[in-house]
Amino acid sequence: MIKKYFFQLIFFYTFFSKSVFAAESGGMPQLNPEFWISQIFWLTLVFGILYIVLSKLILPKISSNLELRKSQIQENIEAADKQREDSEIKLKEYDNIISKSKLDSKNLFNETREKTLKAINIKKETLEKQIDDEIKKAEIEINQLRKNAPQKINRIAIETSSEILKNVIGAEINNSSISAIVDDLYKKNENKYYGD
Amino acid sequence: MAANPMTQFEVYRIGPEIKIGAFDISFTNASLFMVVSSLAILVIFNLGAKKNSMLPNKIQLLAELSYTFVSKMISDTAGSKAKPYFAFIFSLFMFVLFCNMFGMIPYTFTVTSHIIVTFILAAFIFIGVTIIGFIKHGLGYLKLFVPSGVPVVLLPLIVVIEIISYLSRPISLSVRLFANMMAGHTMMKVFGGFVISLGIVGGWLPLTFSVALTGLEILVAFLQAYVFAILTCIYLNDALNLHH
Repeated sequence: MIKKYFFQLIFFYTFFSKSVFAAESGGMPQLNPEFWISQIFWLTLVFGILYIVLSKLILPKISSNLELRKSQIQENIEAADKQREDSEIKLKEYDNIISKSKLDSKNLFNETREKTLKAINIKKETLEKQIDDEIKKAEIEINQLRKNAPQKINRIAIETSSEILKNVIGAEINNSSISAIVDDLYKKNENKYYGD
Repeated sequence: MAANPMTQFEVYRIGPEIKIGAFDISFTNASLFMVVSSLAILVIFNLGAKKNSMLPNKIQLLAELSYTFVSKMISDTAGSKAKPYFAFIFSLFMFVLFCNMFGMIPYTFTVTSHIIVTFILAAFIFIGVTIIGFIKHGLGYLKLFVPSGVPVVLLPLIVVIEIISYLSRPISLSVRLFANMMAGHTMMKVFGGFVISLGIVGGWLPLTFSVALTGLEILVAFLQAYVFAILTCIYLNDALNLHH
């Protein structure tokens, strides 16, 4: 500031002294009006051209560049936002699908287990029935065999007795008499040999 | 001749003498540096505006940063109404800045160190702003000279002061820039002269000063261009948004 006032002082001093000693050389060339008109002319011309070229050609370009970049960045941000939302929705869908399929698989597993258990039970029952049948059949057979056994034994006893008698006595003995004796014995001792 | 710190401000003719009527409009070293500065502005900003990439290169970044800097300066001081005058203020700021900066190169001529140049710019701004004010507000623009909330007794005095302050705007605007540039350059020249006259023995001190002054003058060159532009914005603000 002091500098400024100092040189303003010089300026006015020279300005007034100039008018007094106009012919004297030196002083401030700024106050020599010889080229003032030239400077005004060239300043107007050059600054005018500069202004016109800048305002009509260059500044609109810079401005549009800036706008374009701004809008592009805005667009990119919007697109990014949208994509993020989309991905969030997708993620939710994915989660839903996962949980649903988990549930499905659980259900499926349970169903299959039940089915299998049922099938196993049915098979078990049929098998048990079969086994029971077989056992009953076997029991019946055994009973039959047990019922038939005395007759066979009697017959064997009759034949054996007749053979023994034939060999011992040497004469044929009527089988019917022997069988009568065996039947008699059998009847007498039935409970003793075949009792339960 | 070189010892005189004022010789650097001398204007001389380059090429033939050109006359229109009685007026000498010869091409001078001042005209040369106006042309050089303007060409530099045009080349730099044309390169910066040429291709638009998402990631700007250095020159494009420079152009865009300057654009946003000036645009922000205008919107901060004069509001959104000043948008149509953006190109003018941008050109003005760049022209003054480049003229100042070219003046910092040794052996060049500083266009803005001439009162006639700064005065023409300031006068153009003053007249333009006044016309804009009258177009926007009609005779209501004269309310600028009558601040609100002033006692009636003081009013005649205040109005006179306001008118004087308004009329001295072009002078203060032009002298501020011109005096700063001239003072800085003269001072540098004086210190440069000291370096020569004191020689290798005592010349180091003024040399140090000279180096420091160069830094300071570069700052001043930018600052004065900024002040010139921002004052234009403030005057424009007065004309566009009448607050009084």
